[in-house]
Amino acid sequence: MRLAGGTAVSLWHGDHDLQGVDAVIIPGGFSYGDYLRAGAISRFAPLMEQIVDASKGGLPVLGICNGFQVLTEAHLLPGSMIKNNHLHFICRDQRLRIENADTAWTSEYAAGSEIVVPLKNQDGQYVADEKTLDELEGEGRVVFRYVDVNPNGSRRDIAGITNAAGNVVGLMPHPEHATEAGFGPDFSAAGPVDLRGGTDGLGVFISVLKKIVAGAK
Amino acid sequence: MTETNRTNVPVETHLATVEELRNEHVQSFGGPADAVEHVEGRKFNIDTVEHAAETPDTELPWAELGLKEDEYKRVVEILGRRPTAAELAMYSVMWSEHCSYKSSKVHLRQFGDKVTEDMKEHLLVGIGENAGVVDIGDGWAVTFKVESHNHPSFVEPYQGAATGVGGIVRDIISMGARPVAVMDPLRFGAIDHPDTARLVHGVVAGIGGYGNSLGLPNIGGEVVFDSVYQGNPLVNALAVGVMRHEDIRLANASGVGNKVVLFGARTGGDGIGGASVLASESFDDAKPSKRPAVQVGDPFAEKVLIECCLELFKASVVEGIQDLGAAGISCATSELASNGDGGMHIELTSVLLRDPTLTPGEILMSESQERMMAVVTPENVARFEAIMAKWDVEYSWLGEVTDTGRLIIEWDGEKIVDVDPRTVAHEGPVYERPYHRPEWLDQVQADSFTGSAADAGRPSSPEELKAAVLELMASPNLCSKDWVTNQYDRYVQGNTAMAMPDDAGVVRVDEETGLGVAISTDANGRYAYLDPYEGARLALAESYRNVATTGAVPMAVTDCLNFGSPEDPEVMWQFAEAVRGLSDACMELGVPVTGGNVSLYNQTGGVAIHPTPVVGVLGRFDDVARRTPSGWREDGQAIYLLGTTRDELDGSEWANLRGHLGGQPPALDLAAEKLLGELLVNASRDGMIDAAHDLSEGGLAAALADMALRFGVGARIGLGELCERDGMDLFTALFSESQARAVVSVARSEEVRFKDMCTARGFAHIRIGVVDTEIGALDFQSQFSLPLDELKEAHEATLPKHFA
Repeated sequence: MRLAGGTAVSLWHGDHDLQGVDAVIIPGGFSYGDYLRAGAISRFAPLMEQIVDASKGGLPVLGICNGFQVLTEAHLLPGSMIKNNHLHFICRDQRLRIENADTAWTSEYAAGSEIVVPLKNQDGQYVADEKTLDELEGEGRVVFRYVDVNPNGSRRDIAGITNAAGNVVGLMPHPEHATEAGFGPDFSAAGPVDLRGGTDGLGVFISVLKKIVAGAK
Repeated sequence: MTETNRTNVPVETHLATVEELRNEHVQSFGGPADAVEHVEGRKFNIDTVEHAAETPDTELPWAELGLKEDEYKRVVEILGRRPTAAELAMYSVMWSEHCSYKSSKVHLRQFGDKVTEDMKEHLLVGIGENAGVVDIGDGWAVTFKVESHNHPSFVEPYQGAATGVGGIVRDIISMGARPVAVMDPLRFGAIDHPDTARLVHGVVAGIGGYGNSLGLPNIGGEVVFDSVYQGNPLVNALAVGVMRHEDIRLANASGVGNKVVLFGARTGGDGIGGASVLASESFDDAKPSKRPAVQVGDPFAEKVLIECCLELFKASVVEGIQDLGAAGISCATSELASNGDGGMHIELTSVLLRDPTLTPGEILMSESQERMMAVVTPENVARFEAIMAKWDVEYSWLGEVTDTGRLIIEWDGEKIVDVDPRTVAHEGPVYERPYHRPEWLDQVQADSFTGSAADAGRPSSPEELKAAVLELMASPNLCSKDWVTNQYDRYVQGNTAMAMPDDAGVVRVDEETGLGVAISTDANGRYAYLDPYEGARLALAESYRNVATTGAVPMAVTDCLNFGSPEDPEVMWQFAEAVRGLSDACMELGVPVTGGNVSLYNQTGGVAIHPTPVVGVLGRFDDVARRTPSGWREDGQAIYLLGTTRDELDGSEWANLRGHLGGQPPALDLAAEKLLGELLVNASRDGMIDAAHDLSEGGLAAALADMALRFGVGARIGLGELCERDGMDLFTALFSESQARAVVSVARSEEVRFKDMCTARGFAHIRIGVVDTEIGALDFQSQFSLPLDELKEAHEATLPKHFA
């Protein structure tokens, strides 16, 4: 967020206070060790009550990796993630297509454009029943789709989705790892970059900041 | 528990009531056949100091616990009576090879002795603490260490490898540092042996499962396959941490009246005797399974523990801290006490247990993971408890620091341990084990590869040479390790400036200035087999070279010395030679050893592994943006080979592919290594080079192939002039493993400056090619062309073929 021009505020899972933030990002990690099921325990963190309520009021919420799993467990997004189809943890630079550029988190991109961001997960296989998948496709709620390689067996190559309002988005890959030149992937969808120079993920964070600023005007 | 035993040693009432439970417990671990549980379950009871004094003739299971007869006698002599069961447990684990370094100590002293003032300049904490600490400037310090978890990983690959990561990470936290990266040097048996897949899958998943969950980037390491490691895989784990100078914490318990607290996970029945029974003995098929001696890891508990400890440090509420690893509470109490005011008083029933049936001895020996012990002043108790509450970490106050010079441990008010902690922690047995040069070595060293039967049909035609390069790059040791490293998270924390497959891992320490560190680990067991003195020096040279190749200034060394049984004089000679070699080389290169680990008894059925001194070197960057990757990308850049190539194929990867191991390892010239390092660092700092890769296993062929594959960019190479200059055929130029060499790519605008620099320093350099972004191949002019697609396919297919 800092690299995109925002101010990051850490929120404590045990609080009931969103501290007046303009948007919430639930990051990746292994909350509660992924014990029981990834995201299944975090979903009951006290702060999640406020996040669920605020998201219904339009607060932009982004769940990355484990954060995406928390959002599905909290029923803010449909479907779920199961173990990768190859059963291994995988870390790779992943090409994605932006399918929906109208959400709070993707407006900086053009629909149909591609980005390269790191992907790293153990339980990243997105699954949902056929009816839900058809609905997501029909309503344009698939936001990110894997291109070239489906790294984990996700249904219909889905990497990220949104709620109907477009303020809550979840995705498996890690746009935050492609925001600072020198520490990102070796590739960008836009063309050659310097060593670890990929910053294709920055647009996710700029999108939400622009939306917040526009809303404040 | 049999009647006989009950009459021998009194059983406290509340333990007697859980007798049946215990029997079930024993059964669930595989029945009475299991040595550890069997002995523990039957013999350890509430045996007080008073009772021990009254019953001098009671037989104790010292042999089953790994003590030798003379060691047991010495314990009796120190105490002036027989030890209690709990004391015996403590001495047996703390005097084990793993904890006491009793066989290696006399040799390891050289690391402390062969040190100049210059080498100490940047050393904030040296050998002896949990990990060494190096000053990297701007008030920042870095701590790093490599450790073995070989034996547990063979028995239980996933948990063994996982807890190896956990243990080394806790060493780093204990110093007051935030862990920022890990890396894992691994050695397995033959790639196609039926048992290898079990170990590779388990170990890699365990390292990933633990390290990824902790949110620590894995930035490098090694994966080597060799049948000598079949029954003794080497699973070494390195961690690096970062702190401000003022945050350094040491393991000592000072301040009489200060409180001793145990926090983190509860104590369970896992890992009992891990250090003494598992790590300090050779494997033998005839013995029962040692699985219960392997610890079980909980990475989430460790993650919470890291954050909780860092908050404790920030709030300055701990006076001393020690992680619980090998030998658990025995080690933590005796080390904290003997490093501080010399005394400690502990009530053992205050330890929070996962398994309420544990005996005092088991509690003292348990190696349950994710635990820490700290010393806190009475005034800070409330603040300490508040931090525990915030992170939901369980803790219990066990006792306090005293000035009695005695470590007293009570069980419900009854004294079960009364010892001088120094005799447990620091004054264990020291052996001058006999050693001698193996008789077989002369014959091995005389058996040079060149001209041997294995050398018959040496590739010479262009087609043969092309096939040889492909074979080399697809071989188990030089193939792509992506299948392994893609199971590790190299991105997390957002500070990874470089990771595998580059020469060293690079992490940024200071986000404002770009200050950072590079780390590499290396060892070549085959070189060390041919000559352990030179082999250890070569391991350091390669690691040093790797760090310098990335552009970092090498500063400090950590080592993990993996050897066979010290009771074999020939193995002991290998060990002694390796330590002598490594310490000599450290002094020549001016980089101090800051800490490390010794792993002995890596042998099965009387056959030891190759001596494998794994050497980690840490280097410093003013700004990690200056790092040099191991592949070229810019069209038209000139490719230079630095250094001189000799006919050195003995012990080489090529000889290995032909099943040959004999002769002398490549000659080492540390002055040349140092000069090469300076050239590479200067060239990186001044922006003269855009890519650099050191030459090591696989020689020039492997280096050029790696560099082309790194970014998928080809080159036109001509080696005619090199062959003429150094007087050798193309095969030797490609596959020789001569040291102090590197390949770099130089922008045309920098070429004159670069050449002038090399000339001024008198360092051999020769232009061997040019980067070509169009050609899509490594084109060895007038010889053969190797399409990158074909090379990449061969390079990447090997591990998936065996393990996917």
